[in-house]
Parts: sequence; structure tokens; C-alpha cells
Amino acid sequence: MLKSVMDFSDRGAEDAALYDRSSVPGSPASVRMAEASFPAPFSPGLEFNSPVHGTWNIVHTGMLVPEAHQIYVCAYNCMRGVVLTAAEMDLADRFSYVILSERDIVLNSLEDVTIDGVSDVIEKLGRRPPAVLLFTVCVHHFAGCDLRRLYRELETRFPDIVFVRCYMDPIMQKLGLTPDQKLRKAMYDPLPLTDADPTAISLIGNDLLLDETCDLKRAVADAGRRLLEVPACHTWEEYLGLSRGTLILSAWPTADYGAIHLANRLKRPYRYLPSCFGYEEIEQELRDLEEALGAAESSFCFDAERAACDAALKEALDVIGDTAIALDYTFHPRPLGLARLLLTHGFRVETVYLDAVSREEQSDFEWLHHYAPELTLTSTNHVCSRVLPRNRKQCLAIGQKAAWFTGSRHFVNMVQGGGLWGFDGIRRLAGLMTDAFLHEKDTADLVIRKGWGCTSCI
Amino acid sequence: MKHSYRILPIYTADVSGICSALYELGGMTVIHDPSGCNSTYNTHDEIRWYDQDSLIYISGLSEIDAVTGNDRKFTDAVTRAARKLHPAFIALASSPIPFMNGTDFPALARIIEAQTGIPTFFIPSNGMHDYVRGAGAALAQIAEAFVAEAPSSSPSERAAGRRVNILGMTPLDFAAPGQPDSLRRLLTGHGWDTVSVWAMGDDLEHIRHAAKADVNLVVSSIGLAAARVLRRKFQTPYVVGLPTGAFTDDVLAAMERAAEHGENQYPCMERSASCDADASAVTIIGEPVVCGSLAAAFERRHGIPVRLLCPLEQLDEVLTSADIRVQGEEEAETWLKRSKAVIADPLYRPVCDDNAAFYPLPHVAFSGRMYVKQMQDLTAESVIEGFSQLLL
Repeated sequence: MLKSVMDFSDRGAEDAALYDRSSVPGSPASVRMAEASFPAPFSPGLEFNSPVHGTWNIVHTGMLVPEAHQIYVCAYNCMRGVVLTAAEMDLADRFSYVILSERDIVLNSLEDVTIDGVSDVIEKLGRRPPAVLLFTVCVHHFAGCDLRRLYRELETRFPDIVFVRCYMDPIMQKLGLTPDQKLRKAMYDPLPLTDADPTAISLIGNDLLLDETCDLKRAVADAGRRLLEVPACHTWEEYLGLSRGTLILSAWPTADYGAIHLANRLKRPYRYLPSCFGYEEIEQELRDLEEALGAAESSFCFDAERAACDAALKEALDVIGDTAIALDYTFHPRPLGLARLLLTHGFRVETVYLDAVSREEQSDFEWLHHYAPELTLTSTNHVCSRVLPRNRKQCLAIGQKAAWFTGSRHFVNMVQGGGLWGFDGIRRLAGLMTDAFLHEKDTADLVIRKGWGCTSCI
Repeated sequence: MKHSYRILPIYTADVSGICSALYELGGMTVIHDPSGCNSTYNTHDEIRWYDQDSLIYISGLSEIDAVTGNDRKFTDAVTRAARKLHPAFIALASSPIPFMNGTDFPALARIIEAQTGIPTFFIPSNGMHDYVRGAGAALAQIAEAFVAEAPSSSPSERAAGRRVNILGMTPLDFAAPGQPDSLRRLLTGHGWDTVSVWAMGDDLEHIRHAAKADVNLVVSSIGLAAARVLRRKFQTPYVVGLPTGAFTDDVLAAMERAAEHGENQYPCMERSASCDADASAVTIIGEPVVCGSLAAAFERRHGIPVRLLCPLEQLDEVLTSADIRVQGEEEAETWLKRSKAVIADPLYRPVCDDNAAFYPLPHVAFSGRMYVKQMQDLTAESVIEGFSQLLL
């Protein structure tokens, strides 16, 4: 009966196709789980970029440093995306830049152009920010720019400003760290060596606040501690206070690198506790956390937690039934773990949209390879992904890319795991799926907005 | 300092111009870039991306391939994609790192063309110039490669009236819904049949027949380079100006003159120079053909000259001696601060005088998609009406 609420009428984006889609069933953009290889299910090649932009980029993440100003030094086209990200966030007043011309690259000193340009911007700001996140780019790297000299000079000119060494150098990311990973290290470099506050635990590297009801926060509260989170910092002073945690945590995959550096520098214990969907893994993480918190015994009754999750998923299944489900990696960094959870609870998961499989998901990959051979993996950036039919409207999508690729208006609109964590996160997810099934959304309006959770002026 | 920008965004770059100009022509455009060019373009500058397919990709250039000069990976990837998708042509675009390491794109284009049998060309670009240069070069290449000599007109075609191509129309400058159609209707209403629109709402097949036109109407500076190619190849004269408001008759008269005498016409430059001395003149800033035409329309209606600021590169051909080229934020701010009335994209507002009257004229090439719901039909009388109500 409830299914009738879901309107699967033929609405939404209709593509005016220029290209023949007849060969799509055999598209190299899709592969059955049975034939998928780990960790790269698709052959590399030219890359497509879909019109789905809810995941955060380095501008969004950098804006989490309160009162700081971002300055980028790069060429026209590289600049365009970041400057308009800031403008769409209505934070253009915290973003400036220096444009590099051909002449600067070929004839001039890149160090001098950068130093003088950044100095000029700072002088024009009208206020002195406590910190400047300075982003150098691929061009600096290829020109052999002396970044040490550059920062030395800027720190001499502006001794009252902390210069945070950031990079927008995606040319390095295939064989090394991504700009996102480097940023999630650099933005914590200013945190000072300080005495630990025995009541505080610091969660490093999350863009989004964890849900207040999530297991991680419950564990911290049950241990009589308070959790310091980056998105909750509103002043520079508060931000610097993140170094007072007696224990450093991170829960986001690309934050691990920076969090390890920070914990080593501050000489604090560290735990990486990624959000996940496997009951056993969640239990193990909670045991690790409680041990690190010094809890004499666990405050969780794991059997009850599991049973509550099963009940929540059953309740969702009763509504959603055998409706096809598609999900994607932008919704959560563990898409295969999510697919496994849903399949083992009776949901009909048909497609997972991803481009590579995380090492953290190897066991889920192997499980699905064995037990769900017909599950389809579809690339979001393969050349043929551009021309895949987007007419699977009778589908519940979990994630923005799944919504666009299927054309569904029934989707869970969340990125990067939102604030979901642990058993509580699974129960919340079940509720979000039910709500998405029952209520349609304006997919075309929502998924194009940059930085889910940020202000969007479009 | 011309390099540094405190708060203004930057106009979109040559590579986005290329993608936008070629979007609807059935080709495949590949930017040789590590990451970001594609996302920047499709997020901010391409309002068709959600609904309308176009084969636009990046190569995903890596450090090791750039250092070792592994161009083979690039040509193989383009060839593989082309064999799957059968585009009408392949356009290659560059970015800063291939510019730095001197990648020989014309050679790569020849290799790809030999491997695929598909016309392949490099559009000069490096991500370090503005969109007009990229889009202009792309349309010029289309004119070179695909427009053939027209067969003699049939009697019925001759009887149908004069024919025109509209050159330089992309969503970067014309983002209002139905903009190509409204201009077509306007021209049809004055006895001009539109052969092709470069390049919105028409496919490559229409554009192939562009040599049939008596006149090319250049409605933005993006169309200039293609107009020059068509002039050289087919002696077709061009007229630079956008028919809008009270300026429409000037453009139509210029089109008649061009068709009659075969000479290029620049009605968008036929504006008063008297604002030169008036420090507080009404000021318009943006792409000079569109803004020059709007300025002329305002002047025709009210007798008040409008100062034109051009923040784009190398467009002297369409600037009068009274127009002012501004390079960088500081120069733009200096001129805008002097003006008591400004017509500009809303993102210019922070560098204008607080007390100045400000008429927002959103421009995708500047503010991207931010104001796309407020775009106006630039040929409509209502635009000049809007200026008048706010500024006078």
C-alpha cells in the first residue's frame, strides 16, 4: 500500500541525446561483481565528470579554519573553480588569489610573483587574519619553485600571520597524496604543543559534525569526556584548542595521514575509527575507543544494538520492498560495505557507483564477489558513463551520483557519510531510506550544489 | 598589482570557452589536464551539462607522464574513447602543465586522426587566457574544417529573403532560456532567415551550410575569429553588434549595408565618445560586443552616453577610443568606484561605490551559474527598460 505513495512518473531530467546509446548494456563503464577486479574494476582512460557536486572540495574544507583567509596562486582556469566555490558559499570575503600568467611561468621568478602577490592581497584585506591558507599549485612544483624561501619571506613580512602550507596540485595525486589529504594535514599544523585537557577528546579531519546520538559520541560522553570537533569551532582560539585533546581520533579516510602527524607531534595516543556498516567492525572500533578512553567496561550492549539495527532495517524493508536500490561512493566512503549490509537484510541492491575500491573495503569486495555476483559496479568517470541511460527512475538512490545516474527523484541526499557513525548511523540510515522512498526530491536542484551542508547561493 | 585579486572572481578561461563553443556540435573535446578543468567547466560554466550529453573529458595527466613525456598514453586514451563513441570530430585543448613542457599538440592531433580516421585538431589554449580566445579559436577551427562552398542558391531560396549566420552565441554570454530562438524570431521578423547559430541550438550539419549566408552577424566577440575565416573563405561580410532595444534598427541597417556592399560593419562601436570626460558617467562592464550594443541602445533611447569597460583580452577590434580596457581588479575597481551608475554582473557590486545605482546584469562567463535563474533575454526591450528605471 505504501508503495503507491512513491510516484515513479516519467519526470526529471530528459537528456537530449546526441549519441547512440544502443550499445550501453555492454558498456565498459559497468561490470558485474563476479568479473570485477580489485581494487580497480575499470580500465583507466579519459575521465568524465558528472554534474553532481555535493562532496566537499579543498575550499570548503579550508573554510573550517575559523577566521583564516585562503589565498590561491594559479592560472586562470585552475582558479575559476575555487574562486566560485567561495562565492557560492557566500564567503568571497575570505578568499583571494594571485593569477599566474604565461610570462610569470616562463620569464619571471615564480617565488617573487607569489610573494609579492600574496603580500599585496594581505595589505588590501583591511584586516589581519590570524592565518592564511596559501595554496601553491602544480606549476610551482614543475617550475621547481623554492617554497621554503617563499614562506620564509612571507613569514618575515607578516610575523603576525600563520601561513598554512597548502597545495592544489592534482597532478601528484595518482601516485602520491591528494590535495585533500595534504590539506587535512596542513590545516592542523598550527595547533600548538600544549598541555592536554583530561576532559577533552579531539576528532580531527571531519568536514561534518557527527550526529549527537552516534555511538562514538555516546562512548565519549559515557567516559565523562567531551568531544572537540573541527566544524564546531567558531573562532581561531577555539580551533587552536583542538590540540588539548588527550586522545586524537579521526573517522574520515583522507584525514588519517594528517591525524597521525598531529598525534605524533603532540605526543598523544591516536585511533582511526572510520564510519562503517559491518556489525563486527563497529563493535571492534567501539571496544578500541573505550579502551583508549580507559573505560573499565563497555557501556554498550552489542546484542541489543544489533537487534535494534535489524529491526530498523526490517521496518525500512517493509516499506521499500523489492524496489531496486542504487548507491554511490559519494554517499559514504564504504559503498560496498553498505551494499553488503543492505543485501544481507533483504534489500534489492542492483548497482553501486564507484570508480575504485578502497583498501578498507577489500573484505566487503570479496564477500560480494562470492555472494552477490550479479551486483553491478558502474563507474562514474568512465568515458562511456556520459552516455549511459539515465532512465531508471523506479529506483531508490542512496547518494547524489546514484540519483543522477538513475534519474531517480527518490534519493537519500547526503554526502561523505554525513554524521552517521556506528549502530546509530545504521538506524538513522534506515530512516533516511524510508523517507527518501516516500518523498520525492528535486534531484536537479539539489545534486548540482557544491558542498552539501554549506551555504549555497545558486 | 594586476596579478592579485581581493574579492572579484575571474572570467572563465580559454578551455571552458572551447568546450562551450563546441558543446552541441557532436564532437569530442579532450582537455589534457590532471584534474579540475572538467569539473570547473561543467559546474560553473556549462548550464547544459545536467540534461544534454556532450563528450567532454579530461586526460587525467599524471606527474610521471608529464615528466617523461608519455604522450602515447594520451593519444591511446583519446583513440580508444573515439572508437567507442564515434564523435564527428576530436578537439584537443591544453592546460598549464602541457604548456610548460611544450607538448606538441598539432602532432598529437595528426596521430589521433591517423588512428581514428576522425577529423582531429588542437585548439590553441593553455588555461591561461580568457574564454573569448578559446571559444573564438574553436569556432574559427569549425569554420576552417567544416564549412564548404555553398552550391548556388535555388530560386526558392533566393526568393525567401536574405540569409544570416549568428556567430558567437554560447551560454557563457547568452544564458537566458530560448535566447537563440528569440534572436532568430527577431531576424525573421525583419526578413532575415537564419542559416545557423554558432553554436547554440544548431548542430554541425546546419553549420556546414554557413557559406549560404549573405551576412554573418557577430553577437559576441567569441564570433569574431570565425567571421574572419568565413570572410576569407567565402567573402561573406560580417556585422558586429547585437540587435537589442532601440539599437536593433542600427544593426539591421548595418546588415543591409554589409549585404549590399560586401563591407564589414561595426555598429556596436557607433556610440558617443562624450562620456570620456564625464567622471561619473553610467558605466557598463563586460563582454564588449554585448555591452557595446546595450550601451548603444541606452544611448539611442535616452541620449546619455555609457562608458564601456572591457575586462577581457585582445579585443581592440571592437573597442572605441572612449572604451577602457581594464586589467585586473584594481583597475576595474578604480573605474567602477568613480561611477554613479553601474551595469554589471552582481559580483562586481563589492568594488563599486556604495551609493552608486547598480543594475545587475548576470554574466555566466563571470559569475558562473550563480545567477542563472535571473538571466535576461539580451535582445528584449525589457533590458533597457530595466536600466532606465534603475539608473535614471
